[in-house]
Amino acid sequence: MSAETHLEGRKVVIHDMSLRDGMHAKREQMSIEQMVSIATALDDAGVPLIQVTHGAGLGGNSLQHGFAPHANEDYIAAVAGKMKRARISVLLIPGLGTMKELQSAYDAGARSVHVATHCTEADTSPQHIAFARKLGMDTSGFLMMAHLNTAEGLAQQGKLMESYGAQTVYITDSAGYMLPGDVKARVSALRAVLKPETEIGFHGHHNMGMGIANSIAAIEAGASRIDASVAGLGAGAGNTPTEVFVAVCERMGIETGCDLFKLMDMAEDLIVPLMEHMVRVDRASLTLGFAGVYSTFLLHAKRAGERFGIPARDILVELGRKKMIGGQEDMIVDTAMTMAKERGLLKDAKAYG
Amino acid sequence: MKKIRCALIGSGNIGTDLIYKIQRSRVLEPVWMAGIDPASEGLARARELGLKTTAEGVDGLLPHVREDGIQIAFDATSAYVHAENSRKLNELGVMMIDLTPAAIGPLCVPPVNLREHADKVEMNVNMISCAGQATIPIVNAVSRIQSVAYGEIIASLSSKSVGPGTRANLDEFTYTTSNAIEVVGGARKGKALAIINPADPPMMMRNTIYCLTDDEPDQPRITESIMKMIAEVQRYVPGYRLVNGPLFEGRKVSVFMEVAGLGDYLPKYAGNLDIMTAAATRTAEMFAEEIIAGKIQLKPLEVA
Repeated sequence: MSAETHLEGRKVVIHDMSLRDGMHAKREQMSIEQMVSIATALDDAGVPLIQVTHGAGLGGNSLQHGFAPHANEDYIAAVAGKMKRARISVLLIPGLGTMKELQSAYDAGARSVHVATHCTEADTSPQHIAFARKLGMDTSGFLMMAHLNTAEGLAQQGKLMESYGAQTVYITDSAGYMLPGDVKARVSALRAVLKPETEIGFHGHHNMGMGIANSIAAIEAGASRIDASVAGLGAGAGNTPTEVFVAVCERMGIETGCDLFKLMDMAEDLIVPLMEHMVRVDRASLTLGFAGVYSTFLLHAKRAGERFGIPARDILVELGRKKMIGGQEDMIVDTAMTMAKERGLLKDAKAYG
Repeated sequence: MKKIRCALIGSGNIGTDLIYKIQRSRVLEPVWMAGIDPASEGLARARELGLKTTAEGVDGLLPHVREDGIQIAFDATSAYVHAENSRKLNELGVMMIDLTPAAIGPLCVPPVNLREHADKVEMNVNMISCAGQATIPIVNAVSRIQSVAYGEIIASLSSKSVGPGTRANLDEFTYTTSNAIEVVGGARKGKALAIINPADPPMMMRNTIYCLTDDEPDQPRITESIMKMIAEVQRYVPGYRLVNGPLFEGRKVSVFMEVAGLGDYLPKYAGNLDIMTAAATRTAEMFAEEIIAGKIQLKPLEVA
């Protein structure tokens, strides 16, 4: 029996990331009109969950992560009011976003949340997960940069998030580093320890071209929620492309409830025209996947590289070597400056007094 | 020379590290440590180092305050119990240095506003947070030259140096530090971000400070002010180091700092904990110097 057949009839919930991870690819510059038109098309295509937030989530508007033209609440309220079936979700990274911001996102219409921590730091999320549940939100624990922890380690971290109240636990391949075997091992380890009613999710990046293959591997190991993005609009080489994933699911008999042709059309007609750069596997995004670096670092590294005369690839490799994690975008400019000094391209600041 | 006698409340990492810093001081002497767990490593170490200890918490300490002449107490417990600890000790004329996020007293960053607090003989001062101590001097160094519309700081902490209390209450850290960037740093709006990095070997504490000035930044004057401020902090935290910057881009000023600890009780990478204990010790020393010189006198506080 082939691998394709045994997944027949499995139900998978697609969670679209175009309006959150996609914000990274747009340098956080998306208008409310763009968000509403994309979300309306997703809703019309039957996508059940749509994430709408600054790329770095609630509290993301900052010098560190860039300022979007509008507040998260404004995007959420504008989109939520137009949805016929889809629910709106948000991202919250403790240390950046707070419970106050979660409350105002809820007030604006958000009903689901990814509470995200680095893959070894789940114990920074108890108050946020508990608060999301108190609000009655569909609550996921989101373990980022999951390639940096073992399957057993992730299982323990996921168990912690479940104990705080998470209804779904995600394996998040923020660097697009994992191969299908890595994903299977991690999802299986989670499945073995979590309660049967706790769902497992997978969030992929396509930096090594593995977005679809990894998502299918996750489903085979027991995942039932998959994060994806139309035309892959997301950080690095983008997320698992929603329309491609839905096509593969249709061929395998996995039920997503989404309309493939509508998704294909919106990818071509809505998403691709607004890309500022082709979101694809290229030299820099492949470096992210190969070196295991946080996908969001890509555009920051390109900018810092241009400014200080250091190739983006060199900066990304150095960030990987120094084990920098998501949120440490400030260390990109810092690293570029240190490298520029070593290469004689920049001088130390001296006191004027 | 006369030394001011001190008590430490809380026998965790911070309390234990404080013993070493206070023992080195010319004007302070650690006399008591109060904990709540008789088996705690901190209390055992305090006894080894010659301190008197109680496992009955602050109540175990109170009967000894007068006879042992305790004048300054450091609270390294939690925000939940600090107010009560402070009330009980203030009533006996003991000045409190608060290392919890409770912040019932004024916020203190030594090179920015310690002088002011000592002159007012404040009976309770709060040390904000590790990130606050590491970054607010820089925000202030910019805002004392020209007005800062917005200050943002990013503190990267090694996972091993962040205790369970901070982890479970990360929002309190965010709120306290953001507020202090405004109140003490002098930025009209403040924002604090914390990142916990699990790299092994652990990374040194890193801090990035961004300031948006209202007008074009005066580069030479701001650079000079920052360099002077760094030298001020280095007097009590020798491992406070400028790595890169100041970098000027339009109205944005970026400064990239590293904080290495002294490695007393906590390892060097835990610069975040070290800068708290060092700032708290510096604060106590200023009060102690004034008391010894007869310039100020601590009085029992009637608390309603």
